[in-house]
Amino acid sequence: MWQSFVDLTHQLIPWFDGGLADILIIVIKGLALIFPLIIMMAYMTYAERKVIGFMQLRIGPNRVGPFGLLQPFADVFKMLFKEVIFPSKSNIYLFLLAPVLAFVPAVAVWAVVPLGEDFYIANIDVSLLYVMAIGSVGVYGIVLAGWASNSKYPLLGALRSTALLISYELVIGFVLVTVVMVASSVNLNTVVESQSGGILNWYWIPLFPMMVVFWIGALVETNRAPFDVVEGESEIVGGTHVEYSGMPFALFFMAEYFNMIFMALLAVLMFFGGWHSPFDGIPVLEGLFAFVPDLIWVLVKMSFFLFLYFWIRASFPRFRYDQIMRLCWKVFLPLTIVWIFVVALMTQLGLGPWF
Amino acid sequence: MEFTSILFYVFSLFFVGSSLVMITSRNTAKAALWLILTFFSAASLWLLLEAEFLAITLILIYVGAVMVLFMFVIKMLDTEASTLRAQFTRYLPLGIFVSLVVIVQMALVLNAGPFDLETVGLPDKHGPSYSNITAIAQQLYTIYVYPFELAAILLLIAIIAAITLVHRTQVNSKKQNITEQISVQAEDRMRFASFKKNSTKESK
Repeated sequence: MWQSFVDLTHQLIPWFDGGLADILIIVIKGLALIFPLIIMMAYMTYAERKVIGFMQLRIGPNRVGPFGLLQPFADVFKMLFKEVIFPSKSNIYLFLLAPVLAFVPAVAVWAVVPLGEDFYIANIDVSLLYVMAIGSVGVYGIVLAGWASNSKYPLLGALRSTALLISYELVIGFVLVTVVMVASSVNLNTVVESQSGGILNWYWIPLFPMMVVFWIGALVETNRAPFDVVEGESEIVGGTHVEYSGMPFALFFMAEYFNMIFMALLAVLMFFGGWHSPFDGIPVLEGLFAFVPDLIWVLVKMSFFLFLYFWIRASFPRFRYDQIMRLCWKVFLPLTIVWIFVVALMTQLGLGPWF
Repeated sequence: MEFTSILFYVFSLFFVGSSLVMITSRNTAKAALWLILTFFSAASLWLLLEAEFLAITLILIYVGAVMVLFMFVIKMLDTEASTLRAQFTRYLPLGIFVSLVVIVQMALVLNAGPFDLETVGLPDKHGPSYSNITAIAQQLYTIYVYPFELAAILLLIAIIAAITLVHRTQVNSKKQNITEQISVQAEDRMRFASFKKNSTKESK
């Protein structure tokens, strides 16, 4: 499908030479990823409000359009036309740079992820490391927002966020190391390919404790409830977002949701077999579901994890800050290190059907 | 000019420019941000040399962890520009001396001897099938495995030493025992009291 599109581009604009056409194709690929992503993000806010509404026996948004389906657009236009307020004593350049620094890594990280067997923008050799490196840059948005606002609540939120993100990046790194050891590759495509086969061949069975740790780490990294102490409305008003309004705030919001979608996708790629159908290898069902394209499987699995975000948010009260830190350093870190040794031993001794 | 050479000059320009702005910037937070840009430019230069593992590790460790800690410290400092500039002239002669020594040393090392272009030669171009991370791993875990492990143990000892130097049990600390807190049961906090029926009358 993609190759036919490239051929079509070359036919339509034949006077383009190779280099220029390549750059144009890369730009088109990027736009083709970002626009659906923005729509997805908009409807995630709708889904979140609906799901949590139903869980709390409410209706959720239902005024704008049928079933409230146009609510995300109403929110977007509200954000667009709001006044942007600058605190008078703030550092204005850094104040405006912060949302950009939060948003850009959240988008840039999508450059290397595969959404299907031949469906990616770039397939680089160290894509998992790239994902981690670019993902760790996103913290500067929050750090700068807290510092540049020149206000105490943002500063407190940014301090919390810095310490949390650094701690949990360690845990997530160790979890990904176990996956890399089993798959023996840091290329996301290869990691998914090594999970080929049905639902029993995916890494969520041999690495189940690691998947749980990864998901909790993902909740912390994306500042989601019950670990959203960075915002913590009841303690520090709104954390780093206190002084932001209008579009700068919307950029933070979008960055958070992009990161959420990305973490769900990473969980799918690492533990849920990426684009593989869960029915591979099962006699009748395999044929029945053979027509489903790769992308649909990825999206279905992703939506499970996205639902998990809302489910957890509706279920648990917020953790206290020092309890989150204890969970990281005294529970998860030893657990992951022990599991690295376990996985190393099992790989070396050839134990288990998955190694 | 080749496209990669153009990229090289662009990244080098960013590299030199941002490091210059970093050392002349008066705002500490901005200086840290310029340093981050310097790291990114260095990583891009390494990418041009087909050292993608080193490039990404530079971003992951220095930008993602070390500089975040720098920002953490900067945020908690009282960064008044006047106090930072107060001692500038006093340390200027020493600073000039040290930088001159560094420049001379680097010139001596880089201009002749083992780092000469004629001795070392240009790095080979490997092409798209070359995997930098595999090449590094094969060297690191076969030939250099003992130095690698020794370095790891040295770092571990350094961490433990730093913690033991700083960590003292404080007398008036208000530390909370979280294990005790989260393992608490309802019976520990709630007591069922039984009252006699006419106890309210007696209290009158």
